[in-house]
Amino acid sequence: MDLNFTPEEQDFRTEVRDWIAANLPEEIARKVRHDAPLTKDEMERWQLILHEKGWLTYSWPAEFGGTGWGPVKQFIFEDEMARACCPRILPFGLKMLGPVLMKFGSKEQQDYYLPRMCDGTHWWCQGYSEPGAGSDLASLKTSAVRDGDHYIVNGQKTWTTLGQHADMIFCLVRTSTEGKPQEGISFLLIDMQSAGIEVRPIQTIDGGREVNEVWFTDVKVPTENLVGEENKGWTYAKYLLTHERTNIAGVGKSNQELDRLKDLATSQKRNGKPLAEDPLFAARLAKVEIELMNMEITNLRVLAQAEAGGAPGAESSMLKILGTEIEQELTDLTRRALGRSAQALTPEVDETGYNGPHVAPEGFNNASGVYFNHRKTTIYGGSNEIQKNIITKMIVGL
Amino acid sequence: MDFSHNETRRMLADTIERYLRDKYPLGPRVEAGNSDAGFQPAHYEALAELGVLAALFSEDLGGFGGEGFDIAVVFEELGKRLVNEPVLDSALVPGSILGLAGKTDALEEIIAGAARYALAAEEPQALYDLTDVETTANKSGDGYTLTGTKTVVKYAEGAAGYIVSAQNDGKLSLFLVAPDVAERRDFITSDGGRAAELSFTDAPAELLLEDGAAALEDAADRAIVALSAEALGIMQTIREMTIEYLRTRKQFGVVIGKFQALQHRMAEMLLEIEQARSAVINAANALGSKSGAEKARILAATKYSIGRIGQLVAEESIQMHGGIGMTWEYDLGHYAKRLIMIDHEWGDQDFHLARFIELGRAA
Ligand SMILES: Cc1cc2nc3c(=O)[nH]c(=O)nc-3n(C[C@H](O)[C@H](O)[C@H](O)COP(=O)(O)OP(=O)(O)OC[C@H]3O[C@@H](n4cnc5c(N)ncnc54)[C@H](O)[C@@H]3O)c2cc1C
Repeated sequence: MDLNFTPEEQDFRTEVRDWIAANLPEEIARKVRHDAPLTKDEMERWQLILHEKGWLTYSWPAEFGGTGWGPVKQFIFEDEMARACCPRILPFGLKMLGPVLMKFGSKEQQDYYLPRMCDGTHWWCQGYSEPGAGSDLASLKTSAVRDGDHYIVNGQKTWTTLGQHADMIFCLVRTSTEGKPQEGISFLLIDMQSAGIEVRPIQTIDGGREVNEVWFTDVKVPTENLVGEENKGWTYAKYLLTHERTNIAGVGKSNQELDRLKDLATSQKRNGKPLAEDPLFAARLAKVEIELMNMEITNLRVLAQAEAGGAPGAESSMLKILGTEIEQELTDLTRRALGRSAQALTPEVDETGYNGPHVAPEGFNNASGVYFNHRKTTIYGGSNEIQKNIITKMIVGL
Repeated sequence: MDFSHNETRRMLADTIERYLRDKYPLGPRVEAGNSDAGFQPAHYEALAELGVLAALFSEDLGGFGGEGFDIAVVFEELGKRLVNEPVLDSALVPGSILGLAGKTDALEEIIAGAARYALAAEEPQALYDLTDVETTANKSGDGYTLTGTKTVVKYAEGAAGYIVSAQNDGKLSLFLVAPDVAERRDFITSDGGRAAELSFTDAPAELLLEDGAAALEDAADRAIVALSAEALGIMQTIREMTIEYLRTRKQFGVVIGKFQALQHRMAEMLLEIEQARSAVINAANALGSKSGAEKARILAATKYSIGRIGQLVAEESIQMHGGIGMTWEYDLGHYAKRLIMIDHEWGDQDFHLARFIELGRAA
């Protein structure tokens, strides 16, 4: 048993840390630190900086232009990025579609799409969920009917994250109604500029603008945009779901939030003493720190197993549950630590030219919004109830 | 033992319920609450006309109620429809203090809905502790001047006067300040409402109560009953929405209420809401029938319970709704936000738990 990173891995961490310190624009880091929403330009700008360094594809194998790093190095990279308040790399192209194309896409699709998701040409979004097909994804109804060298797509996707910026969407569509629902699903790549596509915003509980409905009316999609075989889309989608193991728990991000919360608990006072010394608050803070500590080791155990080539099991689901619960607890404690000032809704404080009141301490102007927004994490990506179903199914096996 | 309300209170509840059902849809409330408007004055005035404000004060003060259960009945109904008209902040709280200070004219105007006042008691450095006050009062001629800052003063805009707490020669006194001598910075609250930060620099002030601590505590007690009842009303609406959703939303070919994982969560939520109702009854009863540490302990216990259960209900109901619960368009989120924010008013669950422990130790 040796819980330490190797000297080489530790050097690697230092290299990443130094590079980020020298290259992450401060105005972007500040926004991330303050949980302020980033513009499309800011997200793209950071991805291009990473791309120029060759690190945007940090999770890709070398043969597809990736770094070829193993799970441990990927983890270290993600951990450093989160701690330094880098914007999160948009997962839809690089982490979701990319690996599917590498495994199931044609050579032409790989050559065409992979470079374009790195250089900023294509902003991808994920078109899986539908109003009637959330947890029960296989019941999806958006249809694709073959018509010569095209598919004609009709239906509606929903909850499409950042679809308002997207150039392309990868969709699960129904190509057959025979047999089990899973057996009639295909994986299709669709240009968002196609005639017949309409994007309608969905405003989130905190007033945010991150999800959309995407409507398809007789949208023509070339058959060459089919990934793999017709009616095999479910297999590809499932591959994608089990693929993510290094960052699903969000250890780096939670550690960064914990540090920030500890600082806040030191500056906020109750009865003239720092909140960090208030027995009730201190107990809450300690409990989440302990959970995070344990999860960090759980995550490393999974990594070590992945590094050794082990097949993924129930642990992705476990890390998803733990990671999201800890994240939610941290947003909850941050909101509480602010006391009355958490009631103020002044997210525009970080914008230039703002001259309204500064009710909450600097950097915490949107803590309630962040708390409400984070309710999503236990719902999306397979809700935590669904993850629990998966865990018992895999381990208890009934 | 009898847990039913008397005839007058039942009628009052019915009147409010009918008015809100017919005239108070959620859409305009959400819009007003999330813009500079803050609330809908016409509804506030209409509620005053229905006797809602008079129900909050005793007969000697010009009202027809003023007991714990009067307050609870009113606010439970307001909560059910997510009313953000400032009945608590502009009437109940300032009215209670002005009544104790013998300001009967001002109170009369409050009850008529003709004037609104605001309590400015909480300061940026204090976490809910209303005795943690840095604002100072200085004698000037036969009056006083105040200097200091108050935070999250609900519905300060449009108030006829501010009731301000300040350190006054070793005492915590309450003053009345004209709105035009304060610097006011308004903002929107995350549950849809209006508040302001107020700064006073040598602002002329009229002394209301030299020893203001007792009046503040009395206002806090009433506010806790009101807020807790409002939360209970909100929980009931959320309860109905969630039950309905579990009965109709289908996934995997069945309504999601068939999944035992959700049934047990729902059962937990249902039993906790009953606990919340008991806590509200306990507090409303204690307001007039108990005193001293015993009363204070019951009120702390209630606010703690409401904070804890409110959070559970808000979070669980969103979770059981899935994505739809995360949207602005669907009503649930607005109810959930208010429920969470109630924990940020008049002391949160930790504040009241600590208070409960302390009061128990002292007894
Ligand atoms: C902010 C946000 C962003 C999203 N981004 C995307 C995106 O980019 N692309 C995309 O395709 N989708 C996206 N989603 C959709 C997300 O994946 C779905 O919301 C999720 O799958 C849940 O589906 P649902 O919302 O329809 O809830 P439902 O499936 O209707 O679930 C309602 C409740 O029932 C529970 N439940 C359902 N089935 C079971 C069961 N068998 N056992 C026990 N409990 C059960 C759920 O856990 C939940 O509590 C996003 C969602 C959100 C909120």
